[in-house]
Amino acid sequence: MKKLTRVPADSAREMFRRMVLIRRFEDHLYALFLQGVVPGTLHQYQGQEAVAVGVCTALHPDDVIFSTHRPVGHFLARGSAARGIAAEIMGKAAGCSGGKGGQMHLTDMSVGAMPSNAIVGANIPIATGAALGFQLRGQDRVAVSFFGDGASNIGAFHEGINLAAVKDAPVIFICENNQYGASTAISSMMRIANIADRAAAYGIPGCVVDGMDVLAVYQATLEAVERARQGKGPTLLECKTYRYAGHSRGDPGGYRSPEEVQLWRERDPIPHMRTLLTKELGLSEAEVKTIEHTCQSEVEEAVEFARKSPEPEKEETYRHVFAENQ
Amino acid sequence: MSTHEMTMVEALRDGLRVALRSDPAVFLIGEDLGVPGGFGGGFTVTLGLADEFGHARVMDTPISEIAILGAAVGAALVGMRPVAEMQYGDFVFCGMDQVVNQAAKMHYMSNGQVSVPMVLRLPVGASARGAQHSQSSEAWFMHTPGLKVVCPSNPYDAKGLLLAAIRDNNPVVFLEHKLLYGAKGGRKESSSAARLASVPEEDYEVPLGTVAVKREGSDLTLLANMLMLHRAMEAAEELAHRGIQAEVIDLRCLVPLEMEPLIASAQKTGRVLIVEEDNLTGGWGAEVAARLSEAAFFYLDAPITRVAAPDTPAPAAPVLEREYVPSVERVVEAAVRLLAG
Repeated sequence: MKKLTRVPADSAREMFRRMVLIRRFEDHLYALFLQGVVPGTLHQYQGQEAVAVGVCTALHPDDVIFSTHRPVGHFLARGSAARGIAAEIMGKAAGCSGGKGGQMHLTDMSVGAMPSNAIVGANIPIATGAALGFQLRGQDRVAVSFFGDGASNIGAFHEGINLAAVKDAPVIFICENNQYGASTAISSMMRIANIADRAAAYGIPGCVVDGMDVLAVYQATLEAVERARQGKGPTLLECKTYRYAGHSRGDPGGYRSPEEVQLWRERDPIPHMRTLLTKELGLSEAEVKTIEHTCQSEVEEAVEFARKSPEPEKEETYRHVFAENQ
Repeated sequence: MSTHEMTMVEALRDGLRVALRSDPAVFLIGEDLGVPGGFGGGFTVTLGLADEFGHARVMDTPISEIAILGAAVGAALVGMRPVAEMQYGDFVFCGMDQVVNQAAKMHYMSNGQVSVPMVLRLPVGASARGAQHSQSSEAWFMHTPGLKVVCPSNPYDAKGLLLAAIRDNNPVVFLEHKLLYGAKGGRKESSSAARLASVPEEDYEVPLGTVAVKREGSDLTLLANMLMLHRAMEAAEELAHRGIQAEVIDLRCLVPLEMEPLIASAQKTGRVLIVEEDNLTGGWGAEVAARLSEAAFFYLDAPITRVAAPDTPAPAAPVLEREYVPSVERVVEAAVRLLAG
């Protein structure tokens, strides 16, 4: 059976393009990091592209996302410009947060991407609050909270999901279970097989989703979003996935076996989708290669822009501590 | 202008009512706020408001401080103006990440793309409940850039500052002393120091970032807030009987702190006594003393002195609590020593 029958051709092509863009961006940043060009830290998204892209494709422009310390995939999937992200990571004034945020604190309100959060699990109650705001105003909007497997053991997870559940808040909880919280296997820190099973404790739907399959993530998110828009409350989607890179810079991943990494790499979402595009949509090899080359150029151009951009003025240190009052 | 005699609880409730009526973005969130047959929050401030505004805008939550504070942050990010209540100020520590890492930093980290216009109401102060229901927590918040800190001493200021806080585009921590809430129409606190005050019915604001000179004097300056302002006023009265004229200034807003009247007073009197219920070490008084010594050192005739709670948790037994909370007698003694020095 064809997998792409329920997805418009343009959407399928675009999902592929965004996954490639994320992969190329992250690979390029890592190379620069090894050259010592990237200040601070780096938390990379390679391997998890299907989650960000599948989720964000199911959203409307005026919905909002709340991302994590690993935000690049979410922001590119949401349509944030690669230039602004690259410049932010490099500490430049043209960064999407003016250089004041850094790699873990991207914000791009032009695409509804709220400040990404470097405190594990903290965005779960925050996304719930945004959803309650939409509900109070009678707006047809939803909020999405991205978090990792590790966040499912922090108190904010329990409090935030429970509050969302009892208020039928229009929020979708996307747990990206990449198997490890930093170096610690989630299987050693949880007595149950699926984080999604915890949804039952809050009386909301919980689903395990193949996080290496962008179409599966997209379909599951569509259903959760539809449910939220109908006033039926939140859904917890656990997307099983894998991060190819270490937790952050300087983590070679010695706590994982090469065989395990290899097994997940064989399920890489990008070649899988590439095959679907050529086999089912009939795209030629040349057409697919054009998409890939365009992504590569976009990344290189963004990084070049970021490298040439000026650093923030020192006075910026003191701006935006408090918001102005009109 | 029509005014009513109100307790602080009534003035705060009136302020919330005015805010809810004047702006659909305002809503209240917390524990036991609007439960039918319930008690209207920890100290009856929200009693009856759900009848007028409904249970969506007077939102009851589970006992989940992280969720209350986080939801307030999230709602503020999408344009709402939430007023969150902690049943006791001490419970804010359960959700401190949401205050310190989230509310305070979002505007800055986003380079001004988002703001967090929320108010966090905290009942504070010792009232015979022991160490986990008694803290005065101004200094915790004063130390965090991005938070405003308000601490009223009377019903008029409470309503006006609350309305200003709700309309401010920043997170505002709003401390309410339990012994100032008052007895009329609410939960009576034994040893309550509250008095009724004339409070206008209508909409008015007391600007944040202001202090108020409550009594003029030339011999020394007493700086205090909340309950301690009343202790300082009583001490000033006692000192007057002894021929000492104390100036008393109410630090009703600690962030932003209006320093000019404090500096002018220190220059005039040459002696400054700070009275605070916070623990001595690292309290707001330490910061004010440091700023004053930098700004008015050559006008001072004696070291700036503090009367504060000792560096102990708050004890529960009444006799111990009386030892812990600065008393009028301690303020008078310290003032007399300061003048002798």
